[in-house]
Amino acid sequence: MSLRYMIPASKFKRYLPKDYVELVDYGPFGKKYSEVGVKNMGAYKELVEEHPMCSGCWMAYYIKIIFASLPNPENTVTIGTAGCGRLAISQAAVPFVYGNYGDQNAMASGMTRAFRLRFPDIQKDVITIAGDGGMMDIGFSMTMHAWFRREKFTTIMLDNETYGNTGGQESGMSMEGAVLKMSPKGKNFGKLPAMQLAITAGCVYVVKMSPTNINKASKAIRRAIFAARNLGPTFIHAYTSCNIEYSIPTPDVFADAKEKEKGRFAFEEYMTPEAKELFAQIESKTKREVS
Amino acid sequence: MSLNKTLVDMDYLLNEAPREKHFITGAQAMAEAVKRASVDMAIAYPITPQSEVMHLVGDIYAQGHIKEYYRAEEELGTMSAIAGAARAGVRLFTATSGPGLLRGLEAIVSWPGHRVPCVLGILTRVVNAPLSIQPDNIEMAYMLHCGAVMLHAENQQDTFDYTLAAFAITEKVDVYIPVAVATEGFFVTHAKGYVNMMDEKYAYKEVDPYEAPVPAMDNEVPPARIQRDAPVQKSNFMSYLIHSVWQQEIWDSNRRAMKYIYQYLGGPIEVINPDADVFILASGCAAAQAREANRYAEEEGLSVGLIKVKAIRPFPKQEIRDALKNAKSVIIPEHNIIGWLASEVKSSIDNSGIVVDGPRVYGGMTLPVELIMTEIYTALGMETETLQA
Repeated sequence: MSLRYMIPASKFKRYLPKDYVELVDYGPFGKKYSEVGVKNMGAYKELVEEHPMCSGCWMAYYIKIIFASLPNPENTVTIGTAGCGRLAISQAAVPFVYGNYGDQNAMASGMTRAFRLRFPDIQKDVITIAGDGGMMDIGFSMTMHAWFRREKFTTIMLDNETYGNTGGQESGMSMEGAVLKMSPKGKNFGKLPAMQLAITAGCVYVVKMSPTNINKASKAIRRAIFAARNLGPTFIHAYTSCNIEYSIPTPDVFADAKEKEKGRFAFEEYMTPEAKELFAQIESKTKREVS
Repeated sequence: MSLNKTLVDMDYLLNEAPREKHFITGAQAMAEAVKRASVDMAIAYPITPQSEVMHLVGDIYAQGHIKEYYRAEEELGTMSAIAGAARAGVRLFTATSGPGLLRGLEAIVSWPGHRVPCVLGILTRVVNAPLSIQPDNIEMAYMLHCGAVMLHAENQQDTFDYTLAAFAITEKVDVYIPVAVATEGFFVTHAKGYVNMMDEKYAYKEVDPYEAPVPAMDNEVPPARIQRDAPVQKSNFMSYLIHSVWQQEIWDSNRRAMKYIYQYLGGPIEVINPDADVFILASGCAAAQAREANRYAEEEGLSVGLIKVKAIRPFPKQEIRDALKNAKSVIIPEHNIIGWLASEVKSSIDNSGIVVDGPRVYGGMTLPVELIMTEIYTALGMETETLQA
């Protein structure tokens, strides 16, 4: 029913908002990835268009990549928390649950299990998308325990190395020495080892990256969603700079992301043998389906 | 469910299904109610003294009465997972107490606003410090202002009946907010009492998410929610408006629950000896002691009335006003130091000067009937040994 439920009766169509009708007619719902996806962005009605993010926001760009990469947007629910990210995520044409502070992975645990009860034969993809503060500080125990419990959903951390939405305070993912609000003398410890924590906690597929290449970024997101369906929790740790709090001039945002890619956000990909086998199966079947 | 249950509506389950007498604890009574409620999913976290409820519910899950169950990492994780699962359209139960309730409170108080239908057991316990694990219902005071429906059970039988009724009330189209069923830790949860229960082959009809007034976020229920929708960002003005109308609707929903409290529980209050001048008014375990005091008074030939308050939210203001219309004094015994029930009553009646603030016990003390009797003698203008001493 998932696809049919959004298609209006023809006589009713003219009364619906233009945006809705365009999403039904020209959106990615029910289409093959090769027809839509990141490669065709701009040529179809995207799930995220307008958003209130700052000029040059690298997070907004990455959120557009996330939504353009969804294998099955008509059966996807996203969950997020307070932060800049949800300002754009909540404007996507996909159901979005905004819970309380940092509780996204606990909510997703309940939701994923409940979906499996109600729809044993339909794959419902649950994805949590939250910032470094939401995932690794206030939501830390809920993030970690969802992984330990092997909950089958995808976790995406938008790491801008600060609390951007509340005005630039130190976060657990800020660099050692960074002078931010609440660290007026410089942060006195380094970034939390999010990737290692995810691997230790049992994630079956983990990527750390600075998403400068949209195809590579999309491939990681899709792999994470496919692996989460049957194998276990998956985690993507993406660099999504805050050009305001780190004073990165808008024209230099991409260069900054390239620079981070050479340093602490160098591409790293971890997968279990089962995940590797799964990707080999999916990607050999139809190469375009994943990459 | 493979247990071959007879699924029935709540009226039949509560009022018509044949019952047999059992001698069980309050914790068992709550779990037995959950067993008959066709619960899809329960999420547990251990806390003293109530832990027995959620591990008994775990046993019920293992027996096949519940489809999904797990122990969460902590209370906030539990309550958040309930909120997540509710979005997927399943019937839910959890229980907590005291510090655990406060730890989960950020999520719990957002349930009504998120229109999360579920049943929350509150097996009351002291809130620290100093450390104590004894019964004391002060935590209920923190729950009064969130919009949830709150029932307060006097004994094991109430715990069973209220918990079952709660599953029906929470899913009503014109309610659809969580229902909390509270009772006192230890005094009720760990003590045995007689409970008349229907056979476990009877169970409440299963939840139908397509009947919900707020569609599940399962991408299955029309109208589709693919419209870009982030009202808070539109403008501050829109934000004020949306929040205010939404909150009004939650409290209206809370008030609309009252008719179901009449339907399933025979009303929000029970009154004995309505023509008395002096009343004892109490809820929960204190009502059991108040009932005893009422019996003592009767034996002594004194005319004393009893008002048991079953529903704390919606609070039965009108019913209490009517019951106390001609009263000269109302004694309110409570298991907490602040006297939240006395405050509620005072704000409901015109002549709040008739309220006797107490007796109150807290920190886990028992509530001796003699304490209530002393207040009765004082209210009736009689001299007592205590006063003479």
